[in-house]
Amino acid sequence: MSILGIMLSAILTDNFVLSKFMGCCPFLGVSKKISASIGMGAAVIFVMVCSTAITYPIYMLLLLPRSLAYLQTMAFILVIALFVQLVEIVLKKLLPPLYRALGVYLPLITTNCAVLGVTLLNVDHFASSATFMEGYGKALLYALCAGIGFTLALVLFAGVRERMEYADIPKAFKGIPATLVAASIVSLSFLAFSGMS
Amino acid sequence: MADAETSCSLRQELCKGLIRENPTLVGLLGMCPTLAVTQEAKNALGMGIATTLVLIGSNVVISLLRRVIPQAVKLPCYIVIIAGFVTMVEFLLHGFVPELYTALGTFLSLITVNCIILGRAELFACKHTVIRSALDGAGMGLGFTLALLLVGSVRELFGAGTLFGISVMEQNAVSVLTLAPGGFFVLGCVIALVNRIAHREPPRTAGCTGCPNAATCAASKGGCSQ
Repeated sequence: MSILGIMLSAILTDNFVLSKFMGCCPFLGVSKKISASIGMGAAVIFVMVCSTAITYPIYMLLLLPRSLAYLQTMAFILVIALFVQLVEIVLKKLLPPLYRALGVYLPLITTNCAVLGVTLLNVDHFASSATFMEGYGKALLYALCAGIGFTLALVLFAGVRERMEYADIPKAFKGIPATLVAASIVSLSFLAFSGMS
Repeated sequence: MADAETSCSLRQELCKGLIRENPTLVGLLGMCPTLAVTQEAKNALGMGIATTLVLIGSNVVISLLRRVIPQAVKLPCYIVIIAGFVTMVEFLLHGFVPELYTALGTFLSLITVNCIILGRAELFACKHTVIRSALDGAGMGLGFTLALLLVGSVRELFGAGTLFGISVMEQNAVSVLTLAPGGFFVLGCVIALVNRIAHREPPRTAGCTGCPNAATCAASKGGCSQ
């Protein structure tokens, strides 16, 4: 995969939320306000890049040579849990309003499947790269772009939802069902990008 | 009397997850797998069973260790136990059902971060006995499987015109339902339907009179006092 190809596929054609369905919980939960969704996106980008920076070398240098590749899920989730804890402490100290706005969804980044998903996909996609550094660079780029794609979807959808507050919706569709149907229309627009690949 | 009481409430632990407290359609947890692996009913069923196995295993082990795990580090402990069971299920599927293993792909590993499993560990298994936790896990897992199967059948039937791979109405298929937007749309409609049915029921009152299961439930016949 070329560098441009990695960027386009992670941000647009294979968008993590809208076409891979990873990270749907925060996507549906934190997308009520644009400001909170930008903060959430930034936190997810940070956790994705940092955990990839650690999990990729762990897999390539520690697990793979000892044929312990099956331990990847367990090793990766521990690294992610550590980083989320770190982000939580830093945000609480430096940006208390954002910390309060994110609420319970901040510790839940640990169980955000987009983060574990990106680390697992990275070792799947790039473990066969020619050199370690080439694969490492591409993995970091993929993690960054996947995070940007997640943030893009979250912010776009928050804009849609701010308008939906005033819509007259049938009683049974109020809340999550209407949100899901709106997400389906946003996802339909992202489907158009698949023509690019 | 004591025996009747225990078996009655044990049955409740198993049944509550199926409909009344369905983790996906009522609790709105575990949305990612519900959307991602439901293009075909077969994959949905496989995912549901794999998750149920992990849920029973992790609930049992966490319930056994509930006095050992320190409060401060309980979440990392739970998640490592869950990840262990996921790895076991991955090995089993890889060995016995390789086509399902390939079809589910990354989402098999992502069972680790399914909120239903961590939720049951935190809300139920760390406070209850082993048998109750196992039944709770089985009930919640079957409820999850039921929801996945429902969404998967609708998407496969109307999106590809088949059901479990058997051709039913292939001429009238709307293929967008098997793509990503269809997943969001079908799940939204199914939850709306559940909301509609739930609102029609008489308001739940204390005791058995308002309960929708009053006719079939042993409690109303004096099986146990609640």
